Amino acid sequence: MHVQYNCTKFVLHDCTDTMTCICKAYGINMIVFEKPKALTDVPMHYCPGCAHGIIHRLVAETIDALGIVGNTVGVVPVGCAVMAYDYFACDMVEAAHGRAPAVATGLKRAMPDRVIFTYQGDGDLASIGMAETVHSATRNENITVVFVNNAIYGMTGGQMAPTSLPGQVTQTSPYGRDIKTAGFPIRVSEMLATLDGPAYIERVAVNNVKNVRNAKKAIQKAFQNQLEGKGFSFIEVISTCPTNWGMTPSQAMKWVETDMIPYYPLGVYKDKYADVTGDIGNTGEVQ
Amino acid sequence: MAEKVLMKGNEAIAEAAIRAGCRHYFGYPITPQTEIAAYMAKRMPKIGGTFLQAESEIAAINMVYGVAAAGMRVMTSSSSPGVSLKQEGISYIAGCDLPALIINVQRGGPGLGGIQPSQSDYFQATKGGGHGDYHLIVLAPASVQEMADLTIQAFTLADKYRCPAMLLADGTMGQMMEPVILPEPQTSAVEKPWAVTGTQNKRPHNIINSLCLRPEQLEKANFERYEKYKQIEANEVLYESFMMEDAEYCVVAFGIAARVSKNAVISARKNGIKVGMIRPITLWPFPTDAIAAAAKQVKGFVCAELSMGQMIEDVRLASACTKPVLLCNRVGGMIITPEEVLEKINTLAAL
Amino acid sequence: MAKVTFLTDLCKGCGLCVDACPKQILIIAKEKINAKGHSPAEMTDPSKCIGCAFCATMCPDCVITVEK
Repeated sequence: MHVQYNCTKFVLHDCTDTMTCICKAYGINMIVFEKPKALTDVPMHYCPGCAHGIIHRLVAETIDALGIVGNTVGVVPVGCAVMAYDYFACDMVEAAHGRAPAVATGLKRAMPDRVIFTYQGDGDLASIGMAETVHSATRNENITVVFVNNAIYGMTGGQMAPTSLPGQVTQTSPYGRDIKTAGFPIRVSEMLATLDGPAYIERVAVNNVKNVRNAKKAIQKAFQNQLEGKGFSFIEVISTCPTNWGMTPSQAMKWVETDMIPYYPLGVYKDKYADVTGDIGNTGEVQ
Repeated sequence: MAEKVLMKGNEAIAEAAIRAGCRHYFGYPITPQTEIAAYMAKRMPKIGGTFLQAESEIAAINMVYGVAAAGMRVMTSSSSPGVSLKQEGISYIAGCDLPALIINVQRGGPGLGGIQPSQSDYFQATKGGGHGDYHLIVLAPASVQEMADLTIQAFTLADKYRCPAMLLADGTMGQMMEPVILPEPQTSAVEKPWAVTGTQNKRPHNIINSLCLRPEQLEKANFERYEKYKQIEANEVLYESFMMEDAEYCVVAFGIAARVSKNAVISARKNGIKVGMIRPITLWPFPTDAIAAAAKQVKGFVCAELSMGQMIEDVRLASACTKPVLLCNRVGGMIITPEEVLEKINTLAAL
Repeated sequence: MAKVTFLTDLCKGCGLCVDACPKQILIIAKEKINAKGHSPAEMTDPSKCIGCAFCATMCPDCVITVEK
């Protein structure tokens, strides 16, 4: 016998609510983990092991936890996540390449009481859409931006991204990214943190259970900030591209640990509303 | 009571847009249309609207896309080089079947060109401009009054047909001051169940999207959009016919060129030449039938425009090249004079 | 007693759940093929499952439901 109880704190041993106690007392099975309702039943088209699916789920879990699916409009990019409009159960808009923050600006200005988020990749956000990114941040638009950084253009078949690491081999850097000709990767979180505008900037990763849980907390905070009217909240998620990195999903997760995170340290880069005694800016929880 | 005020053309556009219920404006400074942005910057905060100076024309049109997706009246304005930048967003707005208004107060090109009036974005406005098969409803005002009236009309048509509309003015129209009777405030009466306003847990999610990876579906979407365009072509053509009843010659001109040409027509009549004028008010849909009918009546056409000859192609198509069509043009910010148009009429009459 | 259910036909056989399982009771069933053409993940010894949901946490495709 079991009851369908959608527990927002999906790990049982973290869960101290009444429902858990009742379930335990009566020996009822409780669902401790299931697909969030803010995701539709459309199967995702992503390659096996692609972390987009994990990040989609974290966004959807947040939408469920905050009870805002009917009040949210998502804006998706051009890139691998281009068809994410089919995956989220809220209203969705597909933006032109890089323009999601501008589209989100329009949506938010038109409907200040709706929750507006963008979901963008590194080519979209940090290359073609850098102007839209920087300016929506500096205007402190009250939106949530989920930035998926996997250091490559996935959809077009693995070209060099603005965040590709020095020496990283891609289709358009076949001898490895040469910093003399292709320049250096952009650390977007650090760069945006120099602006006075944005409310919250954090970099997380989804390469292991602990980091996925931290990522969820960060995404939830970024949405919560919007509900509280705090302004531009930006979560950079270090992700993977097993297919175009030429790795197994397992190796890709390890590469995040050994190569990506050292270049892109995790942590809170800006929190305008942090307790003054807490960590602020670059001295945040950088791991 | 309608108010009559003295206004610049650019300001008339802005005030009319507000009266049309537009509460969201996104723009980027560029001469000769910046008065629109300045007017909106002053007014919008007072009426609970949005004025936002975007980081670029590209961002501005995408902000327009966002508001249009939410189902609200929205506009942006620019001048030729800026409108080129907006083309990506305009194509997306057309591809998503969203209503929005884009103002182009044209200046001379190509490239950075100049800041003086021009009509050389006719092709860009009427033939697509961005990538893919689509049309804008293009309205060409020839007075400050029309700057106001056609702004309202553009919002109405955009909502009615779920497609972007463009007001194709020029630097003269934008800067010119004339008395204008301001229209009464109005709101959109069109229901927008497709808008992404949040499902409120009452309906399946709406998706605003122009991506369609299945060729059969994309073809179907294009065919359906063109069925809509046929409706627009059948119902929404606007033009002014001037002294055409007994005309033996016909001048075709729009916007500022039409105003100039009207004087030439009057002068030619005084000289005994029976000439009339057709002034397209909608450049798309183009008054093809009116020109075709005129082609049966007249001995030839003069097409007067501030470009190297763009609308003239539509005049030739509409008249099926059955009659000679002479071009009378000045470009680069130079304006046609009535004498120059008259000279062309004389040339045509002497053929 | 924890119960883990796999929507096997949605599984892409990426193996991230296998890596995440602290009890090492998940495998990719190489001999099986699901509707997508992938070899899906499955549990070898359900009695050892502690219901930690690590597998589901790392699954990109929401294949796994965990009850406890």
